Amino acid sequence: MMAYEPVIGIETHVELTTASKMFCGCPVDFGAPPNTNVCPVCLGLPGALPVVNGTAVEYAMTIGLALNCDIAAHSVFARKNYFYPDMPKNYQISQFDEPLCVDGHLDIDTGDGPVPVGITRVHMEEDTGKSTHIGEGGRIHAATHSLIDFNRAGVPLMEIVSEPDIRSAEQARAFVTELREVVLRLGVSDAKLEEGSMRFDGNISLRPEGTEAFGTKVEIKNMNSIRSLQRALNHEIERQTALLEAGEAVVQETRHWNEETGTTSGMRSKEESFDYRYFPEPDLVPVAVDDEWRERVTARLPELPAQAYGRYLDMGLDGPVAAVISRDVEYGSVFEAAVAAGGTPQMVANWLTGEVTALLRRTESTLAESAINGTALAELSSMVADGTLSASAAKDVLAGVAAGEGTPDEVAASRDLIQVSDSAALEPIVDEVLAANAEAVEKLRAGDGKVVGFLIGQVMRATGGKADPGAVSEIIRSRAG
Amino acid sequence: MPVDIDIAKVARLARLALDDEELERYRQQCEVVLEHAARVQALPTDGVPPTSHPLPRTNAFRDDVVTECLDREEVLSQAPERDGDYFLVPRILDEA
Amino acid sequence: MSDLADLTLAEASRGLRAREFTSVELLEAVHRRAAMTEANLHAYLTLDRDGAARAAVAADSAFKAGTDLGPLQGVPVALKDNMVTRGLETTCSSKILSGYEPPYDGTAVSRLRDGGAVIMGKTNLDEFAMGSSTENSAYGPTRNPWDPDRVPGGSSGGSAAAVAAGSAMVAYGSDTGGSIRQPAAMCGIVGLKPTYGLVSRYGLIAFASSLDQIGPLTRRVEDAVAALEVVGGHDPADSTSYPGPVPDYRSGLESGVSGLRVGVVTELNGEGIEPAVQEAVDRTIARLEAAGATIVPVSLPSLEYALSAYYLIAPAECSANLARFDGVRYGLRRLGENVEEMMSNTRAEGFGPEVTRRILLGTYALSAGYYDAFYGQAQRVRTLIIRDFQAAYEQADVLVSPTSPTTAFPVGERTADPLSMYLSDVCTIPSNMSGDPAISVPVGLDGAGLPIGFQVMAPALGEPVMVRVAAEVERLAGFDARARFASSEVQ
Ligand SMILES: [Zn+2]
Repeated sequence: MMAYEPVIGIETHVELTTASKMFCGCPVDFGAPPNTNVCPVCLGLPGALPVVNGTAVEYAMTIGLALNCDIAAHSVFARKNYFYPDMPKNYQISQFDEPLCVDGHLDIDTGDGPVPVGITRVHMEEDTGKSTHIGEGGRIHAATHSLIDFNRAGVPLMEIVSEPDIRSAEQARAFVTELREVVLRLGVSDAKLEEGSMRFDGNISLRPEGTEAFGTKVEIKNMNSIRSLQRALNHEIERQTALLEAGEAVVQETRHWNEETGTTSGMRSKEESFDYRYFPEPDLVPVAVDDEWRERVTARLPELPAQAYGRYLDMGLDGPVAAVISRDVEYGSVFEAAVAAGGTPQMVANWLTGEVTALLRRTESTLAESAINGTALAELSSMVADGTLSASAAKDVLAGVAAGEGTPDEVAASRDLIQVSDSAALEPIVDEVLAANAEAVEKLRAGDGKVVGFLIGQVMRATGGKADPGAVSEIIRSRAG
Repeated sequence: MPVDIDIAKVARLARLALDDEELERYRQQCEVVLEHAARVQALPTDGVPPTSHPLPRTNAFRDDVVTECLDREEVLSQAPERDGDYFLVPRILDEA
Repeated sequence: MSDLADLTLAEASRGLRAREFTSVELLEAVHRRAAMTEANLHAYLTLDRDGAARAAVAADSAFKAGTDLGPLQGVPVALKDNMVTRGLETTCSSKILSGYEPPYDGTAVSRLRDGGAVIMGKTNLDEFAMGSSTENSAYGPTRNPWDPDRVPGGSSGGSAAAVAAGSAMVAYGSDTGGSIRQPAAMCGIVGLKPTYGLVSRYGLIAFASSLDQIGPLTRRVEDAVAALEVVGGHDPADSTSYPGPVPDYRSGLESGVSGLRVGVVTELNGEGIEPAVQEAVDRTIARLEAAGATIVPVSLPSLEYALSAYYLIAPAECSANLARFDGVRYGLRRLGENVEEMMSNTRAEGFGPEVTRRILLGTYALSAGYYDAFYGQAQRVRTLIIRDFQAAYEQADVLVSPTSPTTAFPVGERTADPLSMYLSDVCTIPSNMSGDPAISVPVGLDGAGLPIGFQVMAPALGEPVMVRVAAEVERLAGFDARARFASSEVQ
């Protein structure tokens, strides 16, 4: 049987977190009462004209630069014409043949080393309003009518189009995960999938393994999470493989992903609805980016995951630990703060990827929700290093810190977890234990080193776990010697 | 230069519900105008860039500052049909 | 004293400042004139009596307080009904906007209010400014004050007729292919289309965005200059607005034409121009020469294609600009079984035949497979037209031609033949394609007693030299619209 290779491209839309909309001064805040964040421009009232939000252009450049794109010296807005009731002007101001950013790439790694995924273009456009379908459970086809809220109309939207360089649903997952991380790192979008501020469409075709020509492409829409993207692509790979194996043709079409049934289905669409009649937007003038502007934006770029990864390796972190911390903004910032507060990089990193991660999983919370910060982590790791806390006590302290009980110092004190390594304090306790375990002491003196562990355990029990095992061991050996 | 327009398709794209008699009349009129307009094709324009703005200008930007929105009642008072705080439209057949 | 309604803007402005009469009295005179003429002319769609009365009272109090708000303070002004006015019905002469009350003022309107102008109301136009006769109005045609059996020109026919009839002292219109200049010529008044971008388009309901420009219609050249000063200047709400300072137009008005080079455009004179019109234009050119100007023939070969290119670019832009009229947020709605039917029924019912035709033309010109041969090619031709103008302005300071190939034509004559109607804009369209300023000045009457307009064109931002020549043309022609026009004639 012939093996097929999937060829996948992904189109991602990201809403920017500017203060105001793309072409007017209305706020972009999510969840405002319906039809309150509107003005003549974003409502498409007769006579209103758009004016480009300069910050949105810079954000778009930022994304383009982070994705290694060329920034066009001259780019233009275009009208994309189609009728839709929640699109006020019945054209969307977008970019067509002269987008702002072209020809970039984003590297992904699914365990077999880095794979570059080409970025065809990043362009600026405006979002539409929101329709709510009424009747028959809110499903569009059975609805009796729809209600429209134009608050989202005109929110700055970036379209990021990948080359068809992706070869599996797993790579697709890695791509959008990495892209989301980049966008978050840049601070230009909150990229919340559940609120629709980041969304993606996929296109996928299959071809016999080892061949070059592309097969017939199917577009998939309505994937609302990274998991559903992966599921939808896997489903589509199976569906198309079955078709091809049965000798049937794949139809070029747009298919809708259904989360409940786990399947895709063809969408009714009329042929001419794809004639968008693009033409240059006469109400807006071109965007010209000179070297000086591009360099200014480049200089302000924050460090990206791939760059952070390299730097963390240079700081001496293990590869897997560096990978985890470099790919998560929250981890990265807590790690950086901990090192800045004097923490040892590898130790802090181990804490983050080990105990902190386990704790967050247990408590079903995120790093941001917990009270753990860089200073606390630095303090905690140094308390372990200098013997103030035992490894097990440190876990308790961490839980206390996470729960907001105070600094590691305060938690350790209030939970009475400070490790005792002071020999003056430990000697009387060790002597008591030795006196009570004469038999064991005999064995030790006879050269049976195995009983040391037992004796240390007895001291630990007597001190409620607070004794420093190293110090205890030394005292025992000196008494028995 | 003869021009052949699929007028029914164009009318659908433009969301104009025209009957057959109207379509035929508009087709004839549009073809006369387009035949005149098609004269532009006689002018050699190799290497000539298109002009979409009469006066060259670039980078007309606005600061990212929030300005006042319209009063919702004033906006909705012009709506042909509304339901509470929303604009109401008949059922939508297709997702865009 | 003669009827206040017959004053020029400059005269009215002086009289108001000298306290010879009040703004309220001036408004009453103009309202009396409107009451006499409107039944025959139908220049107005809406007369805002209350708003105008309040504005006149406010202007008078400002005068009393010694506040000078500029040349339009206390002056009755009419606005073409494609300029949005907050709370005042704005229809574009279309059924699709019947009853529409905008929630905001356009920039030009705000500047007029700030300048103390008394906004009389909204004037008739060809629906969405598409037409050359003001017959394409859903609310009935406007008639020419010189002969009510004839059209006033268009699309700003209501504004032109109101100024010519004295039912407004100053009016504003919009010019996409000649819609200020051609009706001004046909009504014997001055019409000025500024450089593209000089007056903000914010609040002008778009026909063809890259061609549209607001400008004044007045009785005298100096009035047009004053009226332009009030509304002109940079507006951050219009990205295509010219960002520099407004030039001083006024200082050259008395300078004459000695030493200036006046280019006579070969392609816009002679062939296709009515003999009486061409004779009046030639006479004016001879007078300019006698007044010291150097007359040079100039040729702009690409102008032969300007009309064709215009009838691709303007409909293409209009097809997108008018897509927003869909029955969802404002205006007319016709029922439909689903949203697409609702929109299609609304638009078919709401738009008149000329607008429908242009939407169809533009949709076709932009559609897949035709874009490059039609719209794309028209835009390249536009580049060639601009280059031809640039070359011509190397040889001449201004260019001249008739404004319209004919004087006002009879009502109904061209409505059945769109192409013949389009041809009446052949002399005015080139300046819209290049974005340059142009002005029409009345220079005489034809055998039927109908006014003839003379067009002066200048390079971008060349308004100072343009109005300097126009003022001299006006002086040399000695044309006095008031002398020719008496309100009794139109009753
Ligand atoms: Zn807005």
